[in-house]
Formats: sequence, structure tokens, C-alpha cells
Amino acid sequence: MSATPLRAPAGAVYDVERVRRDFPILARTVHGKPLTYLDSAASAQCPLAVIRAVDDYETHTHANVHRGVHALSQEATAAFEGARERVRRFINARSTREIIFTRGTTESINLVAQAYGRERLGPGDEILISALEHHANIVPWQMVRDATGCSLVVAPIDRSGELIMQEFHRLLTPRTRIVAVAHVSNALGSILPVAQIVAAAHARRVPVLIDGAQAVPHTHVDVQALGADFYAFSGHKLYGPTGIGVLYGREELLAAMPPWQGGGDMILNVTFERTTYNELPYKFEAGTPNIAGAVGLGAAIDYVESLGIDAIAAHEHGLLEAATAALCAIPGLTLIGTAQHKAAVISFVMQGIHPHDLGTVLDAEGVAVRTGHHCAQPVMDFFNIPATARASFACYNTLAEVQQLAAALRRAQEVFG
Amino acid sequence: MELKDLYRDVILDHNRKPRNFGRLDPADATADGHNPLCGDRLTLSLRLSGDTITDIRFEGKGCAISTASASLMTEAVKGRDRRTVNELFSQVHALLTQPDAVAPASLGKLAALSGVREFPTRVKCASLCWHTLNAALDHGGTISTEGGNESSAEAAR
Repeated sequence: MSATPLRAPAGAVYDVERVRRDFPILARTVHGKPLTYLDSAASAQCPLAVIRAVDDYETHTHANVHRGVHALSQEATAAFEGARERVRRFINARSTREIIFTRGTTESINLVAQAYGRERLGPGDEILISALEHHANIVPWQMVRDATGCSLVVAPIDRSGELIMQEFHRLLTPRTRIVAVAHVSNALGSILPVAQIVAAAHARRVPVLIDGAQAVPHTHVDVQALGADFYAFSGHKLYGPTGIGVLYGREELLAAMPPWQGGGDMILNVTFERTTYNELPYKFEAGTPNIAGAVGLGAAIDYVESLGIDAIAAHEHGLLEAATAALCAIPGLTLIGTAQHKAAVISFVMQGIHPHDLGTVLDAEGVAVRTGHHCAQPVMDFFNIPATARASFACYNTLAEVQQLAAALRRAQEVFG
Repeated sequence: MELKDLYRDVILDHNRKPRNFGRLDPADATADGHNPLCGDRLTLSLRLSGDTITDIRFEGKGCAISTASASLMTEAVKGRDRRTVNELFSQVHALLTQPDAVAPASLGKLAALSGVREFPTRVKCASLCWHTLNAALDHGGTISTEGGNESSAEAAR
């Protein structure tokens, strides 16, 4: 294995050891072994900059937003709205009116399912998703289907874990009312051809929701260039806090949608007879939001952009290639998901060793991987397996950790040999 | 936390060569057990004489702990009546969950499960088969370690 540091496109050396020092948790041990954290696709760790931003907000600024004229409330509002502007720039939305803060990707998708899908769909209409979706992009649409009598149509994948575009085009029909697909598969790492999907859907005037939870940490997302109508992602997979996420929606679509939750902040005027709803984006943000979370997300975006998303992606791609080579060299190991274009996820099974047992053996070695169905049971069913082990890579992982993973897998084979 | 405590030789052996694996047809009682967190599924089929288990088989896919636990259980409960099965389950449950439970001699090879309690996430793997057996003896059907629409195994205890 080459020890040469991977180079960012700009020519600057990507110094992973320096990056690691930004993440205090990476210094801890697990069961007496150094932590090898390979579960960032479930939740990425927070850099000190994020921890400090949240701490600083709670220490000096905490108050409610959009209410009161006192200094703290104004500062909290400025911090919260500043974070919204930070998100807008990050994904290049036209306006902060298009940036809605949510609890995470799941809530973002539910918002669209309820306020767009449930409002507009009925018997004879179809929702088109892919067979790669996370449960968060399946169940909300099943709820819409059950409430409205519309149909849920699933575009199939092939054995490599790639969406079969020919089938997608065939299933995109005059009955299709919305397309909802992942940008990157959480279970397999496959990168979906979202630009192609958007182009095909728009040719039929069908709006597209993209679940970007696994994409934003690894690839530059420009919602305008992409043409996405809705784009959902979570803070905690982008090195930010949990409990904060984003729904981007095109303003004309959001403006025509009714609110989905009622309460404070989403109103202009309330009497017992009628309520006038607030303007975008507040119409969709009922109740006191996760202000500290938004501040943390803003800091996380600053951090990611300070490293450079392209540099992170290049680093992770090197790790993915090394891991693919190292794992393929282990007899009895089968990769699940071998799409041509993959993000920093490697899912696999080992002959004779259940993924749950693998997870326990790896944990004893200090190696944290995800084992299970990854909230994508239909993907597991497709491959006729109950579960996989999944290692996922982030900006702070190293080639040495890839070797740690391979060594721990061989250790598992010794235990179960 | 020692891996060797969890994956003892008896466990590894029963995982590699599960005893009483398969299905009884016809059967007097059956039940399915499901652990949705790890995808483990097992089906128990029993022949009964009164409330005594005269024969028992299990089939399904699961981790080493759930497979070995089911295999050990089938050996332990064959020829036992309901009261004895309940006692065994109580003893196994104590062994899996109580920090200083000592395995009574009556548990026999089931004592190999005592290492599981050091691994809290794996306790459900070991207890799934026992909850499934209870379901088979009570009413049949499907039980799940996670509740929801399927009846909750932990709540049933």
C-alpha cells in the first residue's frame, strides 16, 4: 500500500493527520484499542469547530428566534438565519426562502410527501422511486399511497446495485406525478445518475425529490445546476449535529404547498376564525426550531468547505479503492454493491459468518462498522441476504484504518474458521 | 470484554453444526421468531404429548449466537414438560441478563450462553428462540424482538 498522501485537485497535499486532529473523538479508545471509526454513513463525527460553535451559541447567545426585541433573541435570530444563508450558498439555492430547516432527511421527505404528495395525488397517479431507497424514501410514500389511493412504482436495480435506467424510463409514464430517488445509496454506495433522472422526469413535467443524505458529504451539490425540485439532507452525516436537516424546495412549488404542521412561527396572524400563514420558509417551520443545530450545521459546512469537498472526495475515493482491493483479497468475502460509480461505502458479507457476529468481532478490535439491513430491507431482499456489514469512509479515515479493517476481518475468520 | 467468553467452543460448534435443524411435518405446534434489527428469523416446530415436548426442530437464518442458542435449546427441552421448560427459560434469562447469575447445574450446556451478558446488544439474539418456543407452546404465530405489530417478545416476558 502506498503511503503517499493523496493529492487534492488544487495540488495541495491532503494532510489526513491534520484533519484527524480536528476531531477530538478520534483520540479515544474502544475496548482498549484505538477507535477505527468506519460508520460515518450512519453518522459522521463532529470536528471541534462544530462542537465549539454549538457550545459558543449555548454559552453566549441562547434565546428564542423571531420573537422579542431583546439582544439575545436578535443575536439568536441572526445566527439561525446566518446558518440558513450558509446552507443556501452551500447548495447554491436561489433564495433562503427555499431552505427549510427540519430534523433531518427523514422529516424533509415526510414534509414533501404530506404537503405535496398527499395534497395532489389520487387514484391513477403514480409515485416513482428506485429499488435502492432507504426506508425514509419508501415509507412516507407508502403512507401517501394508502391515504390517497395512488400507486407506488419501484424502478429496479441490477446485480451490481445500479439503477436500470432503461426500466426507469419505461416506468416514467404520463401517470407519474413525482419521482423520489436517492442521490447515493446508503446501503451500497451506488451513485445514481440524478442529472439524467431529473432530465427525463422534467421532460414529462414531473417534479423530482432527491434524497441527498449520503451525497452532500462526498460531492458538490448545486441544486440549480441539478435542476432538483426538492433536495433533502441531514446535518449529522455532514459532520454536523443530529436533529437538524434541510429541505430545499423550488420556491414556486413550496409557495403552492399548504403547511404540514401548525403552530408558532409559521403564522402571521391567528384568530379563532382563521389563520394567515407566514411566508417562506417559515410556513414550514412550526414551533421553536433546533437553533443550536442550525448553528452547528453552518459551522460544519464551513469546515467541509475549508477542506474542500473535492479534496475530501478524492481522499475518500482512494480509501474506497484500497478497501475494495484489501477486502477482495479475503477469501469468502463478497462485496454487495459493485456499481461503477460509488461513494465512500463498501458493503459486504462473509461466508459462514453472520454480519452481526462480524460486527461484534470488529467492535472488539475497536473497528466500528454498521451491520444490519441499513434501513434498506428491500435492497437486502433483492440480494437475498438478511444483512450486510458496511464500512463507510469520511474525511478523517486513513489507509492504516483500511488495513485495520482487513486485519479484523481475518481475525473474525480465525474465530469462526 | 473477551470475545472468547461470547464465542465459546460449545457456541461455535453448535453454530457450525446446528442440532435438530429442520422442520417437523406434521407438527403439533409451530411459531416464527424474528429479530428485525439483524434480520434473524427462525421457525420452531414441535411434537407434543400432553404438555411434554417429544420432538422439536428449528430452521432459519441467524447469527452464531441465535443459531447456537436455538440448537442448544432444542437439545435441552426435548422430553421436558411445560413447567420444566418455563424453569429453564427463567434460568437462561437470568444468565443472559443478571450480572452475577451463576448457572445452575440443571442448565447443562446452556451455561455456555453466560458470556452473552457482557454484550448487551446480543442478548436478544440468544433469547429469540426461547420467546419463540413460548409462543409455540402458548398460541403459535410470530413473535418479534422489537414489538410493533408483531407481539413483543420482551413484553411477553
